Amino acid sequence: MGLLSKKDANLILDPLADNNPITIQVLGICSALAITAELEASIVMAISVLFVLGVGNVVISLMRNIIPSKIRIIVQLIVVATLVIIVDLVLKAFAYELSKTLSVFVGLIITNCIIMGRFEAFALANKPWRSFLDGIGNSLGYGVILIIVGFFRELLGSGTLLGFPVLGDPITKTGLYAFGYENNGFMLLSPMALIVVGIIIWVQRSRNKALVEDH
Amino acid sequence: MGLKSTLHNLKEKYKGTKMAPAFNAIHTFLYLPNETTHSGTHIKVADDLKRTMNIVIMAMVPCLIFGMFNAGYQHFSALGTPVEFLSWDAFYIGLIKVLPLVIVSYGVGLGIEFLFAVIKKHEVEEGYLVTGMLVPLIVPIDTPLWMLAVAVAFGVVIGKEVFGGTGMNILNPALTIRAFLFFAYPTWMSGDKVWIHGAVERDQLIAAGENLDAISGETVLGSLAQNKGAGYEIMDMFYGFIPGSVGETSTLLILLGGLFLIFTKIGSWRIMLSSVMGALAMGLIFNFVVDTGWITESSKFYGLMSTTFWHHLLIGGFAFGTVFMATDPVTASQTNKGKWIYGFLVGFISIMIRVFNPAYPEGVMLAILLMNVFAPTIDHYVVQGNVKKRLKRLKSKVA
Repeated sequence: MGLLSKKDANLILDPLADNNPITIQVLGICSALAITAELEASIVMAISVLFVLGVGNVVISLMRNIIPSKIRIIVQLIVVATLVIIVDLVLKAFAYELSKTLSVFVGLIITNCIIMGRFEAFALANKPWRSFLDGIGNSLGYGVILIIVGFFRELLGSGTLLGFPVLGDPITKTGLYAFGYENNGFMLLSPMALIVVGIIIWVQRSRNKALVEDH
Repeated sequence: MGLKSTLHNLKEKYKGTKMAPAFNAIHTFLYLPNETTHSGTHIKVADDLKRTMNIVIMAMVPCLIFGMFNAGYQHFSALGTPVEFLSWDAFYIGLIKVLPLVIVSYGVGLGIEFLFAVIKKHEVEEGYLVTGMLVPLIVPIDTPLWMLAVAVAFGVVIGKEVFGGTGMNILNPALTIRAFLFFAYPTWMSGDKVWIHGAVERDQLIAAGENLDAISGETVLGSLAQNKGAGYEIMDMFYGFIPGSVGETSTLLILLGGLFLIFTKIGSWRIMLSSVMGALAMGLIFNFVVDTGWITESSKFYGLMSTTFWHHLLIGGFAFGTVFMATDPVTASQTNKGKWIYGFLVGFISIMIRVFNPAYPEGVMLAILLMNVFAPTIDHYVVQGNVKKRLKRLKSKVA
C-alpha cells in the first residue's frame, strides 16, 4: 500500500473482515434482510450506502468542531437525509424500475445504524481524510455481506443472477430444472436472509477464534 | 466372534482417533457400554437416552406401517381401481414409496450427526433417532427425495447443531425440517395433488396432452377450508382412511402410541391432555361464534369454523403433533405447571391458525414451533412464581 499508510489502510481493511459492521458489530441488519432477495438490489444498495457514508463522514468531520454536542444527532440526521434524498432522486431519474424495488429502503438508509454509528464513533473525532477512508471501509464491509447474501438468495431462490437464468428455465424445464430441481421459495423470504447472515457469522468466527465472544 | 465383541474390538482399536465417536456410537446403540464405574455406589439404569428414543420409535412404528397401507390404498382408490385396505398391493406401493423417505431421512441426518461428532470430538448424539423416524411420517408421500435431503440437512444443522446439538435445540428438529419444506417448496407440501401417490405424475401426463382424468386428493382440512364439507365419514377419519401426510392420518394408532408413551412414562400426559383441551376450547369458541350467526355461510372461514369442535382432533396432523412432537422433552416446557400452559396454548393456537389461515392449513406445526420458542419463558415465570410463593411463606414464618 504505497498510497496509504498502514494505519490508514487498516481503516478500509478492518471493516471488510474482522470488524465487519454486519457480522461483528451487528449493525444495519434490517436492510440486509429486506433488500437482498435480488443481487442487483443488493449491489445498488451497497453503492448508495457507499456514497452516503463516504460523503457524510467527510461532511460531519469538517463540521465536527462547530457542531454543538447537544444537537449533534439532529445535525447528523440532516446531513444523512440530504444525501439520501440525492441518492433517491438519482435512482428515480436513472433507474426507475430498481428504485421501485428498493422502494422505502432507500429512504430508510437514514436510519441505517451503520451510518449514525460511524458519524458518532469516528467522524466526530477524526480529520476528513481519515473519516472518508473509514466511511468507505465500513460501507464496503456492509456491501460485501449484502452482495454475498444477495448472491445466494437470488441463485437459490430464483435460479437467476442479476436477472440472468443461470440454472436454466423452470418453466420449459431446461438446465438443472430438467433433473427435477426446484427453486427454494424460502430463500426469497426475509427469515432466510437472517439465516444466511448467521451462517456467514458462523463461518467467520470458526475461522478466526479471536472473534468469538466469551460468556 | 459375535457382533458384540467385533464391535467392541473395533471400538478399542479406534480409541483416541478422529473416527472414534462413530464406532462408539454403533457399539452403544446396540449394546450396553462396556465401561462401568468401579468406585463408589452407583445405580445402573436401563433407560438411557437411546432406550428412551427407541421406545418413542416403537410407538411410531404402527403409524408407519399403517401409513404404507394407506398410501397404496389411497393411490388405488384415486386411480379408480380400489383394492382391499389390508392387501399386498396396497402395502407394496406404500413400501416402495415410504421406505426411501425413511432411508434418506436417516442417512442424511445420521451422516450429519456423525460428521459433527467427529468435528466436535464428541460422542455421537442420539437425538436424531426419533427425528429420523418422525420426518418421513409428516411429509407428503411424493416428496422428492433430494428435497427431503436438503430439508433434513438444514433442519439438523440450523435447527439443532448450531445450538450445540441434542438437548440444546430451541425448536423441534423434525418440525424445523417440515417447516423448511413447507416454505421452500410449497407446491410439494400443500394443495390437492401431493397427498396421493401418482396424482402429480398424472397431472404432468395430462399437461403433456394425454387423455386421462385428473386425480384430486384433497385432505379433509383442505376441503373444509374451501367450504366443501369434510367428504369423509367420522370413523374413516378416526381410523385414518383419508389422504394426508404418511403417518398422520390414523388417529386411532396415534392414540395407541400416545397411551404407550404415557404408560412407559416417556411422553408427558399433561402436555397431551392440555393440548387436547386447548384445541377443544378453541373449537367450542368457533362453534359458538357460528351459532350466534356472526359468521355466515358466505364467509371463507365458515367451513372450518362450523366443524363440530371435537372433529378437529381427528383431522390434519393435530393428533400426531400433539402426541409425538409437542411432548418432545427438549423443546417443551419442563415444569409441570408450565406443561399445562404450554400444551393448552399448542392446542388453542393450532386450531386458530388452522381456521384463520387457510394458506397454512397445518396449524399444529406452526403452533408447536411458536410454543417451542415460548417454552423457556413459561418455565421462567413458573419457577419465579414458585420462588415468590416460598419467599412469602418464609417471611410470614419469620414475622
